[in-house]
Amino acid sequence: MEKFMYLFRGGEGTPEMSPEQSQEHMQKWFGWMQQLSETGNMVAGDPLQRAGKQVNGKNKVVTDGPFVEAKEIVGGYLIVSAKDIDDALELSKGCPIFDFDGKLEVRPIQKLDM
Amino acid sequence: MVDHLFRHEAGKMVAVLTRLFGFPNIEQAEDIVQDTIIKALESWKFGKMPDNPQAWLYKVAKNSAIDLIRRQKLKYKIDNDLTQQLQSEYTLSPVVNELFLEHEIKDSQLRMMYACCHPAIAPEAQVTLILKTLCGLSAKEISNAFLTNEETINKRLYRTKEKLRNEGLSLDCNGAEELNSRREAVLQALYLLFNEGYNSSHPEQLIREDLCEEAMRLIILLTEHPKTNKPEAYALLALMCYQVSRFKARMDDKGFIVLLKDQDRSQWSRFLIEKANRYLELAATGDKVHQYHIEASIASVHANAPTYDYTNWRVILNLYDHLLQVNNSPMVALNRCLALVEVTGPLQAIEELLELKGTGNSCYYKTALGELYYKAGNYSEAVNHYLEALPLTTSNAERMLIERKLALCSE
Repeated sequence: MEKFMYLFRGGEGTPEMSPEQSQEHMQKWFGWMQQLSETGNMVAGDPLQRAGKQVNGKNKVVTDGPFVEAKEIVGGYLIVSAKDIDDALELSKGCPIFDFDGKLEVRPIQKLDM
Repeated sequence: MVDHLFRHEAGKMVAVLTRLFGFPNIEQAEDIVQDTIIKALESWKFGKMPDNPQAWLYKVAKNSAIDLIRRQKLKYKIDNDLTQQLQSEYTLSPVVNELFLEHEIKDSQLRMMYACCHPAIAPEAQVTLILKTLCGLSAKEISNAFLTNEETINKRLYRTKEKLRNEGLSLDCNGAEELNSRREAVLQALYLLFNEGYNSSHPEQLIREDLCEEAMRLIILLTEHPKTNKPEAYALLALMCYQVSRFKARMDDKGFIVLLKDQDRSQWSRFLIEKANRYLELAATGDKVHQYHIEASIASVHANAPTYDYTNWRVILNLYDHLLQVNNSPMVALNRCLALVEVTGPLQAIEELLELKGTGNSCYYKTALGELYYKAGNYSEAVNHYLEALPLTTSNAERMLIERKLALCSE
């Protein structure tokens, strides 16, 4: 098994969503996460706050950030173990982030023991 | 996660924040609540929930509210009994914290309920505003429940809020006199809300049960507060419990309506019937007999009868006679006829039903006539009335019931 990182962008709840719809959407996420745990694919993961700081360059200048479009902000990450990239992609397709047109980036974690 | 947690907490938070900001700022209160819910969704969706989700939500909402007050970003100046305390840094946070304590939340919900039921607002708009502000339903969900479109509901909400704002109404309903005069309107709105759910013509079952549940949640609030726990509030709550106790038996697993006569009474919720019986006892104080007392009593006779045939129809008929004196409406008269048939047989009931004015072309009226003619053995008249009833319903379940009746007539 190899490890992959999922990076989530966008696909967040919209103001038009009612509280009930928000809860239903969250239940879907719970379900997806639960499934990944049960199949042993889940390794770790957390949501990220939207705002943070950025330390830049040689001079280590600290700025507020990230200054990118809201839908490009990384909203969270997940580490999963999967057979190969195709398996990791397949697993990602159940993610409820796609209900709201979000993006999910799948990146193999570099192994050192070549 | 608790069912409807977001919806219920949204209703509570809008009530509290509106109490805090004043009614003119209700939209900002709603915005804070919306942001709070989205924040919760984004933070919790990875599967880790805070130990106390409710406290988590309140903390986020409180911080946003304090921030808004501190930066003086409210559209309208706060003008209520809290104004002074909110201007001082020493008292700002403690006052906001206090308002999020359980008994204060209930107090805010009651204030909101009374504000929604202002006499200047039409009953339908009152119910709409209650659903939006106290029950956490979106305009789309409300439009769904009322079988209308979202735009209509949005317009109605907008106009209602404008009215409340322009008339300079505050959420305060402290005076006993105002409380008393407004109580009737509040009960009526909850009664409407419940009936919309219980009898509604909606094709889907689920939304209807939700409306009933919301109405009950709010009326329970009324019965829990010393200023509002009047006998008629208990009577209305008893009525609702009796009705809901039959929910499971009212429809079979294929989605067919099962009429009272054919319902499997073992499926009635004993728990709710016992509760209703107790509420009805609590309602039996004071010297005024309210419409809800009588309606709850009728429901009580049904709920406590072992079988349909053992129902005491004479008592029910007497109660309907009494009800007609209090509320002389065509619907009551129609229901009275359906009790009458059990006492006198169908012919007299048909006669009285035909003389009824004002029921218009309602589906319920036509089906009732169809049913009575069927009972009287006059199948051709029964078919005529069922056929007239058919296009008058928007509910799938009702349509199927009528079609089944039609099939019975031609057997």
